[in-house]
Amino acid sequence: MIKFNNVTKIYPANFTDGSVASVLQDVSFEIKEGEFVSIIGKSGAGKTTLTRLILGLEEPTSGEVYFKDKNIHALDSAEIQKIRRNIGCIYQDYKLLPAKTVYENVAYIMEVEGASDGDIKKEVPKVLEMIGLKEKMYNFPKELSGGEQQRLAVARALVNHPDIIIADEPTGNLDPYNTYEVIFLLEKINKAGTTIILLTHDREIINKLGKRVITLVGGRVIRDESEGRFII
Amino acid sequence: MATNLKRIIEFGFQDFSRNKGISVAAIFVLVVSIALVTGLVFFQGAMGYLISQVQNKIDITAYFKAGTQEQNILAVKDQVLEMSPNIKNVEYVSGEQALVDFNERHKDNPVLSQALQEVGDNPFLSSLNITTNGDPLQYAQISSALQTSDFSELLDKVDFSQKKDTIEKIYSITSNINIFGIIFEIILTIVAILVVFNTIRLGIEGSKEEITTMRLVGASNRLVRGPFIVQGIIYGVIAFIICFLLSLLFAVSLSSKMSVVLPGFNMLSYFLTNWWIFVLIQLGFGTAVGAISALVVVKKYLKV
Repeated sequence: MIKFNNVTKIYPANFTDGSVASVLQDVSFEIKEGEFVSIIGKSGAGKTTLTRLILGLEEPTSGEVYFKDKNIHALDSAEIQKIRRNIGCIYQDYKLLPAKTVYENVAYIMEVEGASDGDIKKEVPKVLEMIGLKEKMYNFPKELSGGEQQRLAVARALVNHPDIIIADEPTGNLDPYNTYEVIFLLEKINKAGTTIILLTHDREIINKLGKRVITLVGGRVIRDESEGRFII
Repeated sequence: MATNLKRIIEFGFQDFSRNKGISVAAIFVLVVSIALVTGLVFFQGAMGYLISQVQNKIDITAYFKAGTQEQNILAVKDQVLEMSPNIKNVEYVSGEQALVDFNERHKDNPVLSQALQEVGDNPFLSSLNITTNGDPLQYAQISSALQTSDFSELLDKVDFSQKKDTIEKIYSITSNINIFGIIFEIILTIVAILVVFNTIRLGIEGSKEEITTMRLVGASNRLVRGPFIVQGIIYGVIAFIICFLLSLLFAVSLSSKMSVVLPGFNMLSYFLTNWWIFVLIQLGFGTAVGAISALVVVKKYLKV
């Protein structure tokens, strides 16, 4: 489903000292449909750059990134938007729409897809119920707790049944209770057939999951194990 | 397509009602800017009236030799009317009528009446009073045409050369007023557009993160940009309604005061006669500036 082929990403020279920042170096791996893959590494290891490359937000300096056999960086803006609709993203800072209610935040994803009003009215309350936010349907994100906002981000990521969900440090701002709630939810979604990419530096989560782990150190893949543990 | 359009309009109204502070600020700035442009329309109307009044006062007079038959003069009048399409009016004033007019005009001046009595006969000649569209060049052409025409032997004199300097001065003043008026209007309109653009830009800057999120979840350019454009149009329409009512109020309340400054110019009737121009300018300016500003500003953030 997703394939990194010798991807290197170097940011342009620093204005003050002229140094270049090499974030990813010759990274290659493949993620198959239905997999639950955790990508681990310290801050600055290149995890977020991987996400940005998959979403077409960054161009690789060399190499290719494929989504369903399509080279993402050879596509035009409209096609990249189509791919983004197939990827559900969960961010550490939630990236919710503050001027829209809980219901509208989730419905927006279906509206972007062009779903009918009837489907939206049927599907959104169902997802909110599953995520435990049905009671707060008409609240705005600022009226929710951190955990609730993260659950809303999860609801938004899965409402249109995307092919893949990328969760970039989804538990970074959460307490242990909410952390396990979110991870449990991701596992449940994965069991239903959705591919999950989890980017984290939370040792406990990785060791408990017992799923495939790709370890990044200094922008290089140093380990890729099918039942990996958090070892850096 | 229709569903998308419906959603864009709904989002536009939703954002408008939820961002009340920004909406009020944008409408306020638009009202001030449209009022400024409307003020310029009133100014142009008043100036146009003033210029036409001044130009109507400019004329040249062809005096006929004493004893010229009236029917000959009227025949000349018909020929003069055919001379140029720029001739607005030709008025025949007989010598007798000129005397009556003179006496009426100077009835309170005994010196002039006495002087006239001493002359004895009617010293006034029959004349044709010619007015054109105001260009001094036209007056010069008509004057020279009159003096070289078949009926030139009937003419005693054409008074263009005496009035030439005055006509040219008035023409220069009126055309300068026109030019400066246009430059002034262009500058103020640009300032008004920039002020509105910047207010809308500040409003949209606050939604920068939101636009990025919309792009990240795969929203098309149209779906992201559309609601902002709808909001811009709503600002424009509301500002237009406020400004139109203010203009009417302004015209009603200041009409009598304006008639004192510029006799004969009725602001209210000018507004009512040209109401559709006011609608076009106010609605067009408001919605176009609102929508185009939104279009330009959002474009910057769509590169995600």
